[in-house]
Amino acid sequence: MSTAFRLLLTAASLLALALVWQAGAWWIASPLLPGPGAVLAAMEREAASGALQDNIAITLARVAASFIIAMVVGSAVGIVLGQSRQLNEMFGPWLIVLLNMPALVIIILCYVWFGLTEVAAITAVAINKIPNVAVTMREGAAALSRDLDEMARVYRLPALKTLREVTLPQLVPFFTASARSGLALTWKIVLVVELLGRSNGVGFALQTAFQLFDVATVLAYALAFTVVVQLIEIALLQPWERWANRWRR
Amino acid sequence: MTSITIDIAEKRFPAVGAAPAREIFRDFRLEVAAHEFLVLLGASGLGKTTLLNIVAGLDTRFRGSVRFGMPAPRIGYAFQSPRLLPWRTVLENVVLPLPSGPASQEAGRAMLEEVGLADLADAYPERLSLGQQRRVALARAFVIEPDVLLMDEPFVSLDEANATRLRELLRALLHRRAATVLFVTHDGNEAVALASRIVVLEGTPAQVARDVEVRLGLLERASPAKVEAFRHTAGLALAGRERTGTA
Repeated sequence: MSTAFRLLLTAASLLALALVWQAGAWWIASPLLPGPGAVLAAMEREAASGALQDNIAITLARVAASFIIAMVVGSAVGIVLGQSRQLNEMFGPWLIVLLNMPALVIIILCYVWFGLTEVAAITAVAINKIPNVAVTMREGAAALSRDLDEMARVYRLPALKTLREVTLPQLVPFFTASARSGLALTWKIVLVVELLGRSNGVGFALQTAFQLFDVATVLAYALAFTVVVQLIEIALLQPWERWANRWRR
Repeated sequence: MTSITIDIAEKRFPAVGAAPAREIFRDFRLEVAAHEFLVLLGASGLGKTTLLNIVAGLDTRFRGSVRFGMPAPRIGYAFQSPRLLPWRTVLENVVLPLPSGPASQEAGRAMLEEVGLADLADAYPERLSLGQQRRVALARAFVIEPDVLLMDEPFVSLDEANATRLRELLRALLHRRAATVLFVTHDGNEAVALASRIVVLEGTPAQVARDVEVRLGLLERASPAKVEAFRHTAGLALAGRERTGTA
């Protein structure tokens, strides 16, 4: 199937969704289910005042910060646990506990302990994501090739070079998997964190709209943010993945 | 180039699951002179690879010692599989053991020229045939100008013509940069074609069953009949029959 045809199909599918939505809005005829037109109007209104762009930008910044922290810390923890049986037996259960801790509990605890601050917000999101990254990376680190490791030792590659040339490239598929699921998880949790303890960002805007029962604005923000996250996937993650896999047959 | 003195009081593999513990070497001693091309000949599973790994410093769980005639010799190791990094190009793989810099790139390209792969410098290993991958592994082993060259059946699973070409390449490379070579194989003909000395290993724990010097000219090594005759007189025929048994 050609790319153009696939794009056309996607567009047709989305258009059908919009039509179903519009029909539903006409049928119900209530401000609690605004049609696409009303949502677009709300989006325009928010964009005209600059609030939409500002809120999305600040939310994206929080997503980026906590995403990077979670990926770095989670990868480091996962690689260490994957390479050492003893450490994994000792600290593996901690990971399980953290993995099963509800996101809301971690957010509340962070706000209680560190105050309603930016640091608390980003820490809360990162802690929610770290165990997922660590578990995925641990799988990858446990499956590292012993053959290549021996090769690196015979040729006396320095530790950093071994990490860069031999170890990390083997972990790329695991890194991509946790980055992709990580991005989706992170931005959802960021919204909750903003709703509970921040005075700006998409989560805060949603809370305000919720208090006014302004469903059109809620949907406007949801739609705008979904588009932005999709763009990140297409413009950043996918090209990076293609580049990392260029050597595959 | 350096001499190697291998002294293994005891090397054993612990029991794993249902497999019992195995003693690989006991009071094993082997002296390799500098410049020697020593072929270790013997059936699979005797501990030939283990011996190379001990010399390479990869396997340190044994009682005994490995001493070299010089401090910190450079060791090149051609493994049984090429062990290239699939995510790095041919050239990047060859220069991997060198410090990064334009001089290394230059050396890497020259090395690829020598093994006949200059035009594949920017290809990724998975697009290469096994014979080509083995050439890259050879280039990587030689690019560090090794004092010791360890080779673990580096030419298996190639067809005979390809294996012969690679043996010729190895000879040419060693001619330009002499190294002390420890070469493991279970192929008696390959042993006679390359070695200056053949050590036949047998039994558990492995012992030196025969230790033969090979003084043949290049032409004699290239002739199957001469090689066969040498194996007969040197008492290496048996090792050849083992090969057909295990291959």
